[in-house]
Amino acid sequence: MHKFFALLGRLWEHLGRRVDSFLMAAALAIVGIGLVTLFSASDQSVARVTSQAASLGFALVLMWMVANVAPQQLARAAVPLYAVSVLLLVAVALGGTMVNGSRRWLNLGIGRFQPSELMKIALPLMLAWYFQKHEGRIRFVDFIVAAALIALPVWLIKRQPDLGTALMIGASGFFVLYLAGLSWKIIIGLTALAAAAAPLVWPHLHHFQQERILTFIDPERDPLGAGYHSTQASIALGSGGVIGKGWLNGTQTHLDFLPERHTDFIFAVFGEEFGLIGATVLLVLYLLLIGRALMITANASTLFTRLLAGAITLMFFTYAFVNMAMVSGVLPIVGVPLPLVSYGGTALVSLFVGLGILMNVQANRKLVKT
Amino acid sequence: MRRLFARRKSSFSALGAPELRNAERELLYFRRRLTIAAALIVVGAVGLLGRFAYLQIFQHRHYQTLAESNRIAIVPIVPNRGVITDRNGIVLAQSYSAYTLEVTPSRVKNLDQTIDELSQLVEVQARDRKRFKRLLEETKNFESLPLRTRLSDEEVARFAVNRYRFPGVEIKARLFRQYPFGELASHVIGYIGRINDADVERIDDWDETANYKGSDYIGKVGLELSYERELHGTTGVEEVEVDAGGRAVRTLSRTPPISGNNLKLSLDIKLQQATEAAFGDRRGALVAIDPTNGEVLALVSKPGFDPNLFVDGIDPTNWDALNNSPDKPLLNRPLRGAYPPGSTIKPFLALSALTSGKRTPTQQIFDPGFYQLAGSPHRFRDDKPGGHGYVDMMKSIIVSCDTYYYMLAGETDIDVTHDFLAQFGYGGKTDIDIEGELPGVLPSRAWKRERFSGKSYREEHRKWYLGDSISAGIGQGYNAFTPVQQAEAIATIANDGHAYWPHLVRAVENVKTGAIREIAPRETHVLAVKPEYLALIKSALVGVAREGTSARAFVGAQYVSAGKTGTAQLFSIKQGEKYSAGKVDERLRDHAWYIAYAPADHPRIALAVLVENGGFGAQAAAPIARAVFDYYLLGRTPGAASDSPRTGDDESD
Repeated sequence: MHKFFALLGRLWEHLGRRVDSFLMAAALAIVGIGLVTLFSASDQSVARVTSQAASLGFALVLMWMVANVAPQQLARAAVPLYAVSVLLLVAVALGGTMVNGSRRWLNLGIGRFQPSELMKIALPLMLAWYFQKHEGRIRFVDFIVAAALIALPVWLIKRQPDLGTALMIGASGFFVLYLAGLSWKIIIGLTALAAAAAPLVWPHLHHFQQERILTFIDPERDPLGAGYHSTQASIALGSGGVIGKGWLNGTQTHLDFLPERHTDFIFAVFGEEFGLIGATVLLVLYLLLIGRALMITANASTLFTRLLAGAITLMFFTYAFVNMAMVSGVLPIVGVPLPLVSYGGTALVSLFVGLGILMNVQANRKLVKT
Repeated sequence: MRRLFARRKSSFSALGAPELRNAERELLYFRRRLTIAAALIVVGAVGLLGRFAYLQIFQHRHYQTLAESNRIAIVPIVPNRGVITDRNGIVLAQSYSAYTLEVTPSRVKNLDQTIDELSQLVEVQARDRKRFKRLLEETKNFESLPLRTRLSDEEVARFAVNRYRFPGVEIKARLFRQYPFGELASHVIGYIGRINDADVERIDDWDETANYKGSDYIGKVGLELSYERELHGTTGVEEVEVDAGGRAVRTLSRTPPISGNNLKLSLDIKLQQATEAAFGDRRGALVAIDPTNGEVLALVSKPGFDPNLFVDGIDPTNWDALNNSPDKPLLNRPLRGAYPPGSTIKPFLALSALTSGKRTPTQQIFDPGFYQLAGSPHRFRDDKPGGHGYVDMMKSIIVSCDTYYYMLAGETDIDVTHDFLAQFGYGGKTDIDIEGELPGVLPSRAWKRERFSGKSYREEHRKWYLGDSISAGIGQGYNAFTPVQQAEAIATIANDGHAYWPHLVRAVENVKTGAIREIAPRETHVLAVKPEYLALIKSALVGVAREGTSARAFVGAQYVSAGKTGTAQLFSIKQGEKYSAGKVDERLRDHAWYIAYAPADHPRIALAVLVENGGFGAQAAAPIARAVFDYYLLGRTPGAASDSPRTGDDESD
């Protein structure tokens, strides 16, 4: 028996060589919270939790694989992965499965798959590879190319329609540009341009997207319609108080008042049942994970890994922030899941692949003296 | 445009190889950007934390209340409406529980499609759809509306299986009102109907808004209306936990409703039945009162209507039929029908003359068959050609001599007559316990002035003329009495001048405690007349039934009755003009009156009968009174009294 554990220990030592234990611990703590909350949110459905746990297993394997490949292979995968992702997005547009009026999924026979999730990794990878390739001699043309590389998937996802994910993908591309040193003038200029373009974009938004934005401005506008989600989520959080109503005791959750409660609004369930204390713990766990990721990024050896790790880190925070801000009524409702917590296999896998990349970067760091 | 990506001048550019320096600078610059991002992350996290604290600490109480009100629904439990029974305990109106299929329009996306789909499970007729559409237009709020009522058990089961397909549609148990006797006594009992805006105001005036939460129905007509507050009961409350779909998950607390009080009527439904049968198809009214206490024994308004039609909301076809019928079945004739009293006014005028001293009992006049005012060529004709010869007061009532009363009227000031007759309740409301009573008209100088006070009238319209007095002297002219006034007046005579408040409800029973609150008979006043005068009039009324104008109707009666016939001439032709030409003649015939009581020595029942367009009172109305007396006093149920063949002797009234 003792020998068996010793063997297991040796095996872990070997397998876990390139697994960052701090990152891993923080991620698993968050996933743990997610599974516990999912059990409550799905009205104690063991099947749901098992399904999510199975995805977790698959995600961990992929993470391990990504962590263990050579960094050059990551760079080599950039172009084909981007190309495949774009092709899959086109395939979705042509023959995707419709759910709730939007075409986001590809039916693979064994399960549904959301190509936009793949793009979350593929786009930063592609951009990081591109800037690495042109390191030291980046010109205006490169900016145009990068912008085009970003615009293509954003446009494809926006027309699914999935405005939230499109914006997120766009943000991940922007983060690469930002970290690559995009001039502040252009950043400010683009921001101003975006603000100016808002009235031009408005008529092209889908009706429900317009509704969401109007409702965000005034949730009381239509409390039983578009404002319902936001109002009910705020009630769930607020009524949770400091210590929460207790696990499985959230009335908003268990009496069906909360919509989308095991996916996009799972944080409302958590906040209702575990209160401000729970919410703070979760936020701190995210900050620990992100802090570790920032450290990894700062110590990355090449421009490619630096940009890639940085973009992944910032994306991770952006997702968590946008989701929690949306649930607590600070941002309009966009379909953004809470990373590592919301139910959904594809998102979980892409997040752990992202963590795998970070671990890979960490394992291949080269200390640069300062 | 070459320098799109910023390059910072490094302060230590002199150190090391250019390539390394460049790489170091790049790294430094990258880390600076990363630091800015990290700072933004911290700001974002602090912002989120602040938001959570705001919601979960400062706004906690507010959101907790919202969550509770989300979770807890206060569901009113509608009380059972009180039962109405007749004086012998026979049920006239009751409530029963039945399943209804209800739709909450605000929760249904496509209403028409949903109804189409529902109609495959449950029978939904065009009538139900129409009614639902109308309810939909009337209501603005989010309440559920009945699409189908009284579902069978099978239909309930069929829907229950398919319920998941119909969000916003549910089966509810609701209380329904049923009137087992249908048209019989429909004007007395009335009906309930859905609460409308006017009712909401009424409820608000009573300060009962909370008590009517959940109540859909309210009394609209008859006793259902006038005793609404006894019948309704106290609404109970159930606190239930509900889910987002509004479905009750569990009950938290419950205050049971208190059923409405039962009404026990003085009305005898069997007597009512016999009376309505005696009317046959004829239109008219009858009010029968126990003269010793004012209890109403029968109150007929013919034709009636089926109150059951109104309970669910009447459909347009039936409504049009009732509302537009020339027979006016919705008119409560005993209370709202004001007819000239004709000769039935004569005993009262005789009593007035005795009291004022204008006539003595034995004083005789000569009747040549007409009466003529000095200086006027107009002859007021008597019914009997050639006249009745010498007539005293007794005879004037028994043979109903018009000339006697023309003369009397000619000598009497109308205001004196008015003041005397007002004692009997004419020109005012009897306060019977059903709403909607009209006062009729008891003319006086002041009344005429007021009546013609409008701008389109001139002084000559407002002035009282002697001719007005002469017409009024035989119960025509401006006089207009309701059958309930007439019944109350004759009951007062029958009861030797002691007037009792006419009422239909004898007792109110508290269902919960079983306590019975009797409604005591109330003597309203005593006539200011000498008993011997009253006795004279009473014996004259006995004479009417024995040897006078109504004698034929009472041949062979096993009791002695007293009465007076009357024929109300229709002075208004306009009323008939809109009727179809073929009916005009019938509609313009006189109304027949008979007021009576029996037994003559110890009256147990007094009544007033009016048969619209029935012709002579002796022929059309008196036989109905005979049938009622026969049933009430002897327990005999005759067939419908038919018009007896006309004979020369009885023509005068």
